[in-house]
Amino acid sequence: MGENPVLTTVFALLYYVAFAIFAGGIAYRIYEYARTPAPLKIPTTPAPTTRAGVVWRMFKEVLFFESLWKGNKWIWIFAQLFHASLWLILIRHARYFIDPVPTLVTLAQPFGKYAAITFVLGALGLLARRIFVPRVRYISAPSDYLMLLMFLGIGISGISMTFVSPVDVVGVKAFFLGLITFNWQPLPSSPNLLIHLGLVALWMIIFPFSKLLHAPGVFFSPTRNQVDNPREKRHVAAWALELERKESA
Amino acid sequence: MSELEKNAEAAEVAEVPEEALNEPLYFDMEPKDGASAHIRSFPAVEEFQEQLGYPGERPENWQEVALAKMDELRGKFRSFRLFLDICVKCGACTDKCHYYMGTSDPKNMPVGRQDLLRSVYRRYFTLPGKWFPSLVGARELTEEVLDEWYTYYFQCSECRRCSVFCPYGIDTAEITMAAREILDSVGYGMKYTNEIITKVFKVGNNLGLPKPALESTLEDLEEEIEEDTGVKVRLPLDEPADILLVTPSADFFAEPHIDGLIGYAKVFHAAGVKWTISSYASEAANFGMFIGSYENMRRIALRIRKAAIDLGVKRIIIGECGHAWRAAYSFLNTLAGPFDFLDPKYPVPQHICEFTWDLIQQGKLKFDKSQNDHLKLTFHDSCNVARASRMGDYPGGQFDIPRNIIKAVCNHYYEMPEGTTHEATLCCGGGGGLLTDDLMELRKKGGSPRMKALKQVRDEYGVNKMAAICAICKAQFTKIMPEHGFAVDDIMSVHQLVSNAIILPGSIQEKELMEEQGQAADAAE
Repeated sequence: MGENPVLTTVFALLYYVAFAIFAGGIAYRIYEYARTPAPLKIPTTPAPTTRAGVVWRMFKEVLFFESLWKGNKWIWIFAQLFHASLWLILIRHARYFIDPVPTLVTLAQPFGKYAAITFVLGALGLLARRIFVPRVRYISAPSDYLMLLMFLGIGISGISMTFVSPVDVVGVKAFFLGLITFNWQPLPSSPNLLIHLGLVALWMIIFPFSKLLHAPGVFFSPTRNQVDNPREKRHVAAWALELERKESA
Repeated sequence: MSELEKNAEAAEVAEVPEEALNEPLYFDMEPKDGASAHIRSFPAVEEFQEQLGYPGERPENWQEVALAKMDELRGKFRSFRLFLDICVKCGACTDKCHYYMGTSDPKNMPVGRQDLLRSVYRRYFTLPGKWFPSLVGARELTEEVLDEWYTYYFQCSECRRCSVFCPYGIDTAEITMAAREILDSVGYGMKYTNEIITKVFKVGNNLGLPKPALESTLEDLEEEIEEDTGVKVRLPLDEPADILLVTPSADFFAEPHIDGLIGYAKVFHAAGVKWTISSYASEAANFGMFIGSYENMRRIALRIRKAAIDLGVKRIIIGECGHAWRAAYSFLNTLAGPFDFLDPKYPVPQHICEFTWDLIQQGKLKFDKSQNDHLKLTFHDSCNVARASRMGDYPGGQFDIPRNIIKAVCNHYYEMPEGTTHEATLCCGGGGGLLTDDLMELRKKGGSPRMKALKQVRDEYGVNKMAAICAICKAQFTKIMPEHGFAVDDIMSVHQLVSNAIILPGSIQEKELMEEQGQAADAAE
């Protein structure tokens, strides 16, 4: 398959825009969440009474989905399949952006390849629940289905490159390193690669405007990140202090 | 096996049918859209709206006002902003709400309830909602939407059960509170909650009991206790003291609440402490929390601070009440603190159960547990105590301390099934400002999952009483238990059990016990 300068330009620009929206958007959301006060102590109790305890609670929540485990075992299984696979996939994909490839990424390579399959299985499970469980169907908007289809598209196109119709990965790496160093290199034009990269760019663009914000958002959730010590330590928001001052004046 | 034996065996099986024990706890029903759309509480009249600082009528530009309020709240409350943004619609919460279990209306699924507001938030405050509303389920704020908010945000008891199971800790109570504040801001408040808050400001308590009525009630109780025990136990009102007791006003007149109040009085008496009730702050409940109004919640909380200062007390103790304990434990220091004028040796505030359990541990209270031998008890964890507060000095103390007290004063105690107690406890169905007759259908349906759990332990262990530490739970259960084949008085206060078993120094019960023990000793010789 040959090289196509128009295609290279389109994808290069697409990735600059997508990355700017992704990074800038998430940074802005984090700024919004961080500056919005939680004026009352509302941890879901029993809650840790120390900061270290909160870190442990959050660790269990983020890595093991502790609350979801309590809530629904099927969703937990599919969500774990999906997210644990995603971690491995992301680590494996670091090889396209870093030269020389770090040891951790090399070690993750064989797992990362097969994680694409469990990733797709996880997404299929979540999609099946959305379609077949009436309660979940009721709460699903078109965007909820489309997002899963997007992930399936990313996963299946990725699998096809690894196991069915290999692409010029050396060329892909050169393209991305070129983007990083502002020294553009031609992008191989295999269709499965273009579908894959197009959907990944879409994912990055919608991230800061969608429910995908759950990833940075969970860390800011007051019911999970607050220390249960309201009697020991007075907790007041700046706007509430202002209210007090106005009243006493 | 003889025919007779077979029959006897069959009879035993028939007594406790296997299916009854294995019956699923929940109504595992398909969603039925609109199943509880007809259940609507009475809206507040102008007078009560205005006294709380809200418009009495819906303003001309109500959409603008409502959206401006939504914008204000998302700037003031991170919970509100974040929870609207990050729900992934995984569905883990969909079968967790007792109102959904009881009505199968999908708008009573926690996420379904949140989406009523989230859809509007998306339309006006997010790019995808502005550009592609139908793609992301965004909708305009119309009159129908506002009515729907009113209907379903007053079908949530803010019990936080959903927040336990959400992978991001999304708490529907936070959305409900914000929605109610928005509704209030366009003059669409609820009669029951807003009338009650007005009474608190005017008279000092939710029930509108003025000081003379309170005085005579407490005097009657003193007489009653003296008759029962032969001991003069005081229930002081507005007297200088070391301890200020703030308790839900239902404790002054309702059953079984009042028996709990008698229990507190006996414990204070046995402890030999000087305590008092305040007529000015004769109410622990804080309905400002239910309507999501920081300002009203603060005004209500400040009464407690003023009463503590005026009466010169050293400690504040809160009586048996669920949301009041949340408002006190989690919010009092924030809203009305700092309490540096109180004795720093004690946490501010303390729960009456913490106080009683401390004394029990120190061996300062004497009990005759056999006084409660006719009771087979279980304990209903009240939602706000379980999921929004703590007792004692370790997480989960709120579960152990009331149970420890019950076990210290009763011989027969049984737990309801796992998944219906502790942090997963089921709401009584009447919390969050829904304890009003105009919502009786909802209260019955919302209370049914708890009733099912109770039936299980009744059938399995012969449990005949349920104890609770919440005024709303107690009031709700006296109404709905008869509907489910229980007696009105099958719900009890924890301190009622304490009251039954406590042996006050110099009391008739002490003499009787000593005589009994003497006789037993004689017999042994």
